[in-house]
Amino acid sequence: MSVWTWLGVALLGGVGANARFLIDGLISARAGAALPFGTLVVNASGSLVLGLLTGVALSGDALVLAGTATLGSYTTFSTWMLETHRLGEDARARAALLNIAVGLAVGVAAAALGRTIGAHA
Amino acid sequence: MPDLDRREIAAIFLGGALGSLLRMWLGRTFATGAGDWPWATFTINVTGSFALAYFATRLQERLPRSIYRRPLLGTGFCGAYTTFSTMQVETLQMIDDDRYALAATYALTSVLAGLVAIWIATALVRRVRIIA
Repeated sequence: MSVWTWLGVALLGGVGANARFLIDGLISARAGAALPFGTLVVNASGSLVLGLLTGVALSGDALVLAGTATLGSYTTFSTWMLETHRLGEDARARAALLNIAVGLAVGVAAAALGRTIGAHA
Repeated sequence: MPDLDRREIAAIFLGGALGSLLRMWLGRTFATGAGDWPWATFTINVTGSFALAYFATRLQERLPRSIYRRPLLGTGFCGAYTTFSTMQVETLQMIDDDRYALAATYALTSVLAGLVAIWIATALVRRVRIIA
């Protein structure tokens, strides 16, 4: 991988993290507090787009930059887990389990949907 | 639109860039074949969860309030270092290969290990003695 690609990985990683911060803030301010909807929406939308890139068979540096760098930074595992743990601490065990189940189900479904759309595009 | 704070955005950008670089480097160094257990993503997600819980608990409950550490270390670095989308596409690939047990084990083990890592890091910061 060239030094330019590594530079792109850094720049787009920073862009992806800020996009997550923005979308999470917009969703969290509007959706209720039943679940951490901001992170769920970020993760579902990022999985949809990564599925789409897989569907159109993007490869090489383009996949590295758009997929691994941008969408990899945009979506997050650690925040999803931290929010789940804090729900459990607040004695909201049902919400914690739901956050895991919804996150996984929607994540895989979004990736599959994105890939199907990409494959037919 | 939330109030945009340029220094906060810069902190998230710097943390996100570093997290992205580290994840990319680990992913290439410890690359696994399609259909194998994705050790790189798994390890990145568990260690990143540990780090986020450590930083978040310390910044919220132990240190004086700081405006830019949480965006730099939490939202930026840990958020970008760990990844959800790659994990979902890896799981989808396992389902495609009719390896349903592997797909379920990968998803559930990632979640379980992530939660245990967060529990340990939180307890460490709170100085709670962990009794096995």
